[in-house]
Amino acid sequence: MATSRSEAGPIRYDLAVIGAGPAGLAAADAAAALGLRVALLDAGARLGGQYYRHPAPELGAARPEKLHHGWRTFDRLRERLAAAPLVDHLPEHHVWAAERGEHWTLHATRGPERADRATVTARGLLLATGAYERQLPFPGWTLPGVVTAGGAQAMLKSGLVLPGRRIVVAGSGPLLLAVASSLAAAGARVPAIVEATGYLGYGRGLPVLAGNPAKLAEGAEHAARLLRHGVRLRRRAAVVEAHGTDRITAVTVARLDARWKPVPGSGRRIACDALAIGHGLVPQIDLAVELGAATVTTADGTAALRVDAQQRTSVPGLWAAGETCGVGGADLALAEGVLAAHSVAGKPAPARELTVRRRRRGFAALMAAAHAPGPDWTGWVTDDTDVCRCEEVPARAVREAVTELGAADARTVKLLTRAGMGWCQGRMCGPAVACLSGGPLGGPDSRPLSCPVPLAQLAEPDEPFVQ
Amino acid sequence: MLKRTSYDAVVVGAGVVGAACAYYAAKAGLRVAVVDRGPVAGGTTGAGEGNLLVSDKEPGPELDLALLSTTLWRDLAAEFGDRVEYEPKGGLVVATAPAGLDALHGFAAGQLAAGVDAVAVAADDLRELEPHLADGLPGGVLYPQDAQVQPALAAAHLLRASGADRYLGEAVTALRRGPGGAITGVVTERRELAAPAVVNAAGTWGGAVAELAGVRLPVLPRRGFVLVTEPLPRIVRRKVYAADYVADVASGSADLQSSAVVEGTPAGPVLIGASRERVGFDRTLSPEVLHRLAAQAAALFPVLRTVAVQRAYRGFRPYLPDHLPAIGRDARVPGLYQACGHEGAGIGLAPATGLLIARQLVGEKPEFDLSPFRPERFDEEE
Repeated sequence: MATSRSEAGPIRYDLAVIGAGPAGLAAADAAAALGLRVALLDAGARLGGQYYRHPAPELGAARPEKLHHGWRTFDRLRERLAAAPLVDHLPEHHVWAAERGEHWTLHATRGPERADRATVTARGLLLATGAYERQLPFPGWTLPGVVTAGGAQAMLKSGLVLPGRRIVVAGSGPLLLAVASSLAAAGARVPAIVEATGYLGYGRGLPVLAGNPAKLAEGAEHAARLLRHGVRLRRRAAVVEAHGTDRITAVTVARLDARWKPVPGSGRRIACDALAIGHGLVPQIDLAVELGAATVTTADGTAALRVDAQQRTSVPGLWAAGETCGVGGADLALAEGVLAAHSVAGKPAPARELTVRRRRRGFAALMAAAHAPGPDWTGWVTDDTDVCRCEEVPARAVREAVTELGAADARTVKLLTRAGMGWCQGRMCGPAVACLSGGPLGGPDSRPLSCPVPLAQLAEPDEPFVQ
Repeated sequence: MLKRTSYDAVVVGAGVVGAACAYYAAKAGLRVAVVDRGPVAGGTTGAGEGNLLVSDKEPGPELDLALLSTTLWRDLAAEFGDRVEYEPKGGLVVATAPAGLDALHGFAAGQLAAGVDAVAVAADDLRELEPHLADGLPGGVLYPQDAQVQPALAAAHLLRASGADRYLGEAVTALRRGPGGAITGVVTERRELAAPAVVNAAGTWGGAVAELAGVRLPVLPRRGFVLVTEPLPRIVRRKVYAADYVADVASGSADLQSSAVVEGTPAGPVLIGASRERVGFDRTLSPEVLHRLAAQAAALFPVLRTVAVQRAYRGFRPYLPDHLPAIGRDARVPGLYQACGHEGAGIGLAPATGLLIARQLVGEKPEFDLSPFRPERFDEEE
């Protein structure tokens, strides 16, 4: 594999894969094995995506695998791709638009300069762009020391640093156990894991659980480690406020009823110097939505791409794999990447991956249903809580836009309050604004540019730029 | 069982034109309801830049409408204050070549005679008005009456101030007609509203509403993209655009036309818009369009080459074949009033449209002759 900063120019790939996490790596590997010329684009500098995030070489980590499940799989893929002449790795390529024609033209930016524009052409396109974390705001969530659950893990995986010494882990979803377990193993004290659901939803899916022994083993491993470190799991509870002036010093944890409404009088203060919080993941599908790809609403209220048995989206020539089709974890992403590659190459699907996909999709649906935010979570969002932190829009403004001005969905709230117009383009506040507006949940957001683009690059003539 | 409520008039469309119709009709003492299949400002209004322009209009009925609106917007701004982000900042039209400057001066002379404030600006004085303009521009014309509002806020506040009952998120499914074909009410997905008058302010989708009344109104979409930069200090003070824009607006060509209108906003981002294409309701992003907008903006303000475009959005302007809106009583259906097809000028022309419709609704004589805008004019041509 060539790691390249050069342009595609006249080269046309058989397949462009956007995203070098589990799904993209597996797809590129399988596609090359089937004889396809592959461009593997990623916004990051190194292979692995968010999931296989690992320390920069200069940090000299002795055992990065200690922080990872499935590190051997990553190592194997990395080695195979390095030896694959048919795969070009294009790192630090932020793709801002995919243009359909006789073939695909991907428009990417690699940095701030005019010459940092890149254009890549390919016959097939696979979207393996993963997911980002869902945040539900609460009073104090913008205090320093409050980080996302995935962010805490990323700090540990890539920088070998902890966000604090006494870290409350909160929110909802299976990621919390993994995060708390890594933080505790790295030496942090975790006074509590605060999980909003009761995990009762899992009980209804026993056959699905039985079909996923690896997932059960993984959970048991986390549980054992947490027990060893004396970490307490508080279920049906939520952090309803973070306290502190310059930095978080404590959180208030309250019990939740079945609809996630905080039970009055149940608040209890827990001292901490950091809070790692997350409410599951949202598929990152902007590029496909812009192309008109059909979506489905998953059980936890996010929009995911609709794909057929061959991982094909509703847009001809566009495949999707992994979290973009609904959040389901790395093993599922690896399997779907392989399945997509076979479909692109016109080869029959391998049986092993079909089985993994069937089991893990079932498990993913179970998890999504169990961890869907309850309808009354907005009860802990006080009027002066900033919902959109980029534009500093408080909940009061969002509520007034609905009650006074006739907004009924996230888009109109955005137009009337600027919530979601800032740098993150609503990735942080989108789910919360959708809930507060009373509009439909799980509809895809529209982002014609999937990331910011230097104007000088847009102003360049629209021709493949050759260095 | 459908609930039945009575009004003097039902306005279909909660964009800025519908909101203005409701506002002035309510002011005239009428009991009004506004119905929209989506939220307030959910269509073209929410995708607009909020241009209140006289500078791009040649003498004629549309300019008369724009001049009336200019006055009305000033009054509305006094009423709504900062809430609609009204900025009477003026427009600066610059020529990009000496020949273009002559044409621009000729165009401005005609406008001046029609009542527009237009001030010729010599090449050396351009930088005083806009310090970041490119070198070597031959000159321009300043239009102090050009202004700006935030369109979604404008629509929402007009609608709220009207006190009209809002039925949002309810599509109109039928129009009720009585003996002689006269309008008697509106049927939505959830209810029935009785009214002797219906105002079609459905913008780009106005043709479909007209069809419910059995008449043809050939409103078509003209796509536009707008680029939005990262928040910046105030580097663009006015609405600034190249003189070619006027030709683009009036063009009958289906091809892409774009001459970027560049302007700052109170929130910081610079808006660069907008392209004009006739491609139906195709939403596909066109990198070629974005390229042209960016290149033109950078040609006017080279400093923009150093900033990032944070996002882009698109909308569909409602246009009629002769590029004039349909405003007023529809002679074909008693009780039906048309208020759509304003193309890219709907935000600017909304107050005048609303006021003129209100005049007709209460049986008063409008401020001026509405015959150039009569809705049935496209039947006569065939």
